Amino acid sequence: MDLKGSVHKFGDDVNTDYIISGRHKFKTLDMKELAKYVMEDLDPDFYNKVTPGDFIVGGSNFGCGSSREQAPLAIINANISAVIAKSFARIFYRNCINTGLPVIECDTDKIDAGDELEINLQAGVIHNKTKGVDLPITPLPDVMLQILSEGGLVEHFRKNGTFKFD
Amino acid sequence: MGKTIAEKILSNRSGQDVKANDIVIADLDFVMGQDGTSPLAIRAFREMEAKGVFDHNRIAMVIDHSAPSPLEGVSELHHQMRSFANEQNIHFYDIGDGVCHQLVPEQGHIVPGNLVIGADSHTCTYGAINVFSTGVGSTDLAAGLISGKLWFKVPETFKFVLNGKLPEGVYSKDLILYLIGDVTADGATYMAAEYVGEAISHLSIEERFTISNMAIEMGAKCGLMEADDKTIEWVKAHTNKEFTPVKADADATYAKVKEYDVSNLGPQIAMPHTVDNVANIGDVSHVQVQQGVIGTCTNGRMEDLRIAAKILKGKKLHKGTRLIVAPASREIMLNAMRENLLEILVEAGAAVVTPGCGPCVGTHNGVPSDGENVISTANRNFKGRMGNNRAFVYLGSPATVAASMITGRITDPREFL
Ligand code: SF4
Repeated sequence: MDLKGSVHKFGDDVNTDYIISGRHKFKTLDMKELAKYVMEDLDPDFYNKVTPGDFIVGGSNFGCGSSREQAPLAIINANISAVIAKSFARIFYRNCINTGLPVIECDTDKIDAGDELEINLQAGVIHNKTKGVDLPITPLPDVMLQILSEGGLVEHFRKNGTFKFD
Repeated sequence: MGKTIAEKILSNRSGQDVKANDIVIADLDFVMGQDGTSPLAIRAFREMEAKGVFDHNRIAMVIDHSAPSPLEGVSELHHQMRSFANEQNIHFYDIGDGVCHQLVPEQGHIVPGNLVIGADSHTCTYGAINVFSTGVGSTDLAAGLISGKLWFKVPETFKFVLNGKLPEGVYSKDLILYLIGDVTADGATYMAAEYVGEAISHLSIEERFTISNMAIEMGAKCGLMEADDKTIEWVKAHTNKEFTPVKADADATYAKVKEYDVSNLGPQIAMPHTVDNVANIGDVSHVQVQQGVIGTCTNGRMEDLRIAAKILKGKKLHKGTRLIVAPASREIMLNAMRENLLEILVEAGAAVVTPGCGPCVGTHNGVPSDGENVISTANRNFKGRMGNNRAFVYLGSPATVAASMITGRITDPREFL
């Protein structure tokens, strides 16, 4: 899986209320509609700034807070191709894998807003084109890689009817 | 080699001898969803082409986050939940029944040693009665509804040894805020927290729930305590189910251990906009507040209403302040009526709203206006949390909120005890 795009940078502890606020998420299951409000409380114009394929890059503890799966789904529907952070809160991390959004752990201090990245998930490396450096990625556990490569947990269950790992 | 509580429960429920960092598929004892997460789970359930749920008696859905519905869109989602619950014959709690994390233990659905998932991040609450319970998202919930199983990475454990006894006027809420301030919002990420020691033994089960409830605010997967006599008595008062409590081995391996003496702790406040931004109450006593909130899955129980009523009895809210009280469940509301607590609070000027999440998550029931300060007994104060990103939310104990309502600024409750 090769991903290409430019970086939208955020800080530490980006919580799920910032990713998609409770005042929006309870209203609808229409994720295209919710996508318009992604990151609204941190950057009101965020949705309009995204070019399809772009990356959200955070610091540590990205996605802390609630268990709302509207957070990764709204990110996917805002046309973001992956989230990169130093570390993730665990519920958000699982939700991303389950919904098919790649989450990548690496040292994001070496990535700035506007940097152009190329990511090869299999090879486990991020190439920062703007800075001309390669950044190693913490590999995903096999269970997660399998769910992600099958397109998410819904597909996994549709295929197997239960959990079934190779 | 010895095991932690988390390792033991996941070993028991997976039928394997597991230790931290192993990945297992384990059997669930109970599965819960609320109205913010269940509609998406129902959609995933359909997309997974499931024939039915694994066991209708071990599943509950709760309408608590936006209850009663404030909007047409929400009403539609609630309708989907009611239909699903009917169709699958699962336990269902409608508006006014209460907050999910109060109902699941109160209604006797779970017992010590259980493995539980809930599609809500504060599912860690039940750790207080020796249950490995953790929050998941909607797709994991759907998988749990269908299979009665989930995969888990066995967490390492962060042990908090809490010595001494909390002084008068200082509560378990102050203690957990202090611990979160100390270890920070990601201090226990991916880990199970285990809370042990004399300070825990002194606490009632209600006070213990407040501590486990907020384990997620330090990033933890669950907030476990051992079952002592108080736990066993409490659980037996709520269910006839058989159970075997799980204890950590003396030689269990911990990723981290921190020891505290709580004897000199004072009231604590989490300042905007993060839960780990914690101060001693004296440092924020100049902050004027316009709205108070007593309720939520953190502090909406009988003891919380009792202390608030004790402080507010015969008093009036300070001019320019308003107070919202949301009992955590119907049962609590009824008991609070029987004890005349609601009468005292309403006489003082409080507005009592439907048992449930109340204004906690900003969907209804008390969204603050621009620039206003709120003092709340909830567990989160993120920017925009209560529905307005230009308001400021401070967190404290029910006693602190009650005292602050009398003076109109953040106030040490010990002045009124
Ligand atoms: S009371 Fe607040 S924290 Fe608790 S379940 Fe409801 S919204 Fe979540």
